[in-house]
Amino acid sequence: MTSDTQTHYESAAEALPIGTPRHHVVIFGVLLAFLIVAPLVLYPVFLMKVLCFALFASALNLLLGFGGLLSFGHAAFFGSASYVSAHAAKVWGLTPELAILAGTAAAAVLGLVIGALAIRRQGIYFAMVTLAFAQMVFFFALQAPFTGGEDGIQAVPRGHLFGLLNLASDMTLYFVVVAIVFGGLLAIYRIIHSPFGQVLKAIRDNEPRAVSLGYKVNRYKLAVFVMSATLAGLAGATKALVFQLASLTDVYWTMSGEVVLMTLIGGMGTIFGPLVGATVIVAMQNYFAGLGAWVTILQGIIFVVSVLLFREGIVGVVARWIKKPL
Amino acid sequence: MSSLANGTDDIILSAKALTKRFAGFIAVNGVDLNVRRGSIHALIGPNGAGKTTCFNLLTKFLQPTSGAIRFNGRDITALAPAAITRLGIVRSFQISAVFPRLTVLENVRIALQRRRGDSFDFWRPQRVLSAYDEEALSRIEEVGLTPFANAAAGELPYGRKRALEIATTLALEPEMLLLDEPMAGMAQEDVARVSALIRRISANRTILMVEHNLSVVADLSDRITVLARGEVLAEGSYGEVSKDQRVVEAYIGAGHE
Repeated sequence: MTSDTQTHYESAAEALPIGTPRHHVVIFGVLLAFLIVAPLVLYPVFLMKVLCFALFASALNLLLGFGGLLSFGHAAFFGSASYVSAHAAKVWGLTPELAILAGTAAAAVLGLVIGALAIRRQGIYFAMVTLAFAQMVFFFALQAPFTGGEDGIQAVPRGHLFGLLNLASDMTLYFVVVAIVFGGLLAIYRIIHSPFGQVLKAIRDNEPRAVSLGYKVNRYKLAVFVMSATLAGLAGATKALVFQLASLTDVYWTMSGEVVLMTLIGGMGTIFGPLVGATVIVAMQNYFAGLGAWVTILQGIIFVVSVLLFREGIVGVVARWIKKPL
Repeated sequence: MSSLANGTDDIILSAKALTKRFAGFIAVNGVDLNVRRGSIHALIGPNGAGKTTCFNLLTKFLQPTSGAIRFNGRDITALAPAAITRLGIVRSFQISAVFPRLTVLENVRIALQRRRGDSFDFWRPQRVLSAYDEEALSRIEEVGLTPFANAAAGELPYGRKRALEIATTLALEPEMLLLDEPMAGMAQEDVARVSALIRRISANRTILMVEHNLSVVADLSDRITVLARGEVLAEGSYGEVSKDQRVVEAYIGAGHE
């Protein structure tokens, strides 16, 4: 018995969470290597779409899986950033990096405003408040003079990165998008594994207890909300340049629903789940596009099956099998 | 009675005319309470006596309708729950309060992390927190959880969750502990273990607890306040209150023991 305790103790000391787990480094490395060779076999625009949604879903997952807050209005940040960066590139003639920055900043400001009001409510009420605000943003996008109403903002110029690198070629733009999204994913990884992230997970697990330990939980919730909105904005702004289009689809509530779906199917609260979820959903939309409205039904069926059979999501189930956090 | 008359008593926490009115009824009605520094003070009473409400008022999880609460002479009536923790009062919860998806080590470390102030540094690796690992492990050892240091807290059996909760609370080095039914739902052998733990941690600390288990109360507390229908019925040592006719009628006569 004593020796048993002893071994436990030793392994406990060994396994102290110092630094990044090696398997995470390996997965990020393999992912990067895959992204570098992928355009040789896969269509770059499809890959860029997957990447933008992977970042979007990961941003939502930061809020939902690690902050315990279900936002049903994340399209507001994705879409408004998309509009602002499209407008900045087309009308103001900004370079792509500045256009993306402008869109991301707009999402951050919007996140601060909506977040400050939404975090006063909890659970389903929080979700409803975010949805209500997102609908207001949608209405604004429909009515405002600069958004182009039903048409959206079309033919957005991709421009020259830093005024030098022409992004008109899909291949060139692809590697810029890889850099942005990969950077965004690493940022999220760091946030989750920071002192801030630790407090965040504690609040997610047991909010009253976090309060009783002296943490001002609302400030943490607002901070993570703004971070999540900002990263969702980064994804939306990038998407606008990829498709040279900002449209009502980006701010519509179905977009908010879709990103929740991606996160849940991939595995909320996991690091790599949203990537897998986004890939599955985007691939389905692309390759089954010929099925028309049936894609939505197929998505619905997959969602029902995944909720019934593996509630932790694809990556969540794999993580349980290999007994390692993913 | 003596605590009010004797002005030399060192009172750490006091409540004056504490009242909480909910729509339709008064849960706590004009309660005066004085907790002496270094004592173990128990708050008891039959079901519905207002113990839990009173407890939530003192920990600021509820805002009193009227009345005042002072801690170390300072009026804390208007403070937020997180603010009183920073002053040195830490509460526990009836349902064991751990962070289930964090490891035992991480649970304790969350408390130690408070010393760096607010942790808004989202750009730093959590490696900076390993500075607290050694102390966290010694806190964990104190409550006998060393073999589980890297287990998820949610997977611990009930009694051990309470031990973890106490380790986490102690990591804040609070001047005063407010324990909400520390023995609730506990098996007999766990009661003895946690009882001993409470006695051990009461050195240099003040403890106020709400507890149902009368033998625990008799064994641990220096002073007892009996509540009934939202009011203070009696106060004194266990020997004194257990002989009080009103207490016997309201509490013990009501079927307890």
